[in-house]
Amino acid sequence: MMPLFQNELVKKRQYITDEELIDLYSIGQCTPGIIAVNISTFIGYKMLGIIGGLFSTLGMISPSIIIISIIASFMKAFMDNEILNHAFAGIRVCVVALMLNIVYGLFRKSVTNKFTFTVFLMSLFLLFQFGVSPIFIVLLSAFTGFLSENVKKIRSNKAK
Amino acid sequence: MILFTLYYEFFKIGLFAIGGGLVTIPFLFDLATRYPWFDAKLLSNMIAISESTPGPIGVNMATFSGFQAGGITGGIIATFGLVTPSVVIIMLIAKLMKKYKDDERINKTLASVRPAVLGLILFACYEIAKISIVDIKTSVMFMVFFVLIFHFKKNPIIYITLSAIAGVVFKI
Repeated sequence: MMPLFQNELVKKRQYITDEELIDLYSIGQCTPGIIAVNISTFIGYKMLGIIGGLFSTLGMISPSIIIISIIASFMKAFMDNEILNHAFAGIRVCVVALMLNIVYGLFRKSVTNKFTFTVFLMSLFLLFQFGVSPIFIVLLSAFTGFLSENVKKIRSNKAK
Repeated sequence: MILFTLYYEFFKIGLFAIGGGLVTIPFLFDLATRYPWFDAKLLSNMIAISESTPGPIGVNMATFSGFQAGGITGGIIATFGLVTPSVVIIMLIAKLMKKYKDDERINKTLASVRPAVLGLILFACYEIAKISIVDIKTSVMFMVFFVLIFHFKKNPIIYITLSAIAGVVFKI
């Protein structure tokens, strides 16, 4: 997705610069929602305000809505096809391996010290042991991160 | 009524799925346990299709899930629900972007959310593994694909195509 953004918006149309795009990518990662959507909203908003933000977002999601709706309607018709069922059974095995590969990449980027490793283990423990909801995990980890930062600040203030 | 529920559920996903499209998957598994719209099997098929079609995977998944629950309108409503929080939040913080990005508290908070979210994705992996790796044939196939994917970092579509063929050939 990023090379496409760069080609269309930086090189061809010059809506934004390379640096801005990199900034946007990192901001898109730390704001809720889909990164590509966040980036398009921001660019649209920057150029034409609220209307611009709404329309660039609409542009970003339209192909998905159209293509997936078409595929989903066909899928319903072919659900009983035996060959297709075998194909999908094979694909599901592959999806596990693909997702593990992505998890591995993210793990190396985000689990960098004792603290982050502990949070990772806690999240797994709560999920497997108690089946808590994903929202609970996100809120709890955000709270933990926020708290640990403030505790550090108070400690360093006291030391002074 | 179902459209309202869809919008509300996907609004929540859009609000709490921090870190990109893949993060929406554990939330969708959660939906599968609470509503009769789709099951884990269908959800895994949707992941494969969303990965191999154009468009961000998170948006594709939302349209797909919404479609299962309420047809074309459902797909549109779910997708709108998913992107509403992003749109509002991005517009609100657009002016303070730079400040937001360099804020130590926000960064630290997110540094803690990321590994937790990773746990969520891993748990979703486990859910898919439970229903897809069920016998010797599928275990062997999993190991082969695992090694291939980790060794040759090729486009996922190649592996998805190969696994579909393997599924048909070996009658998985």
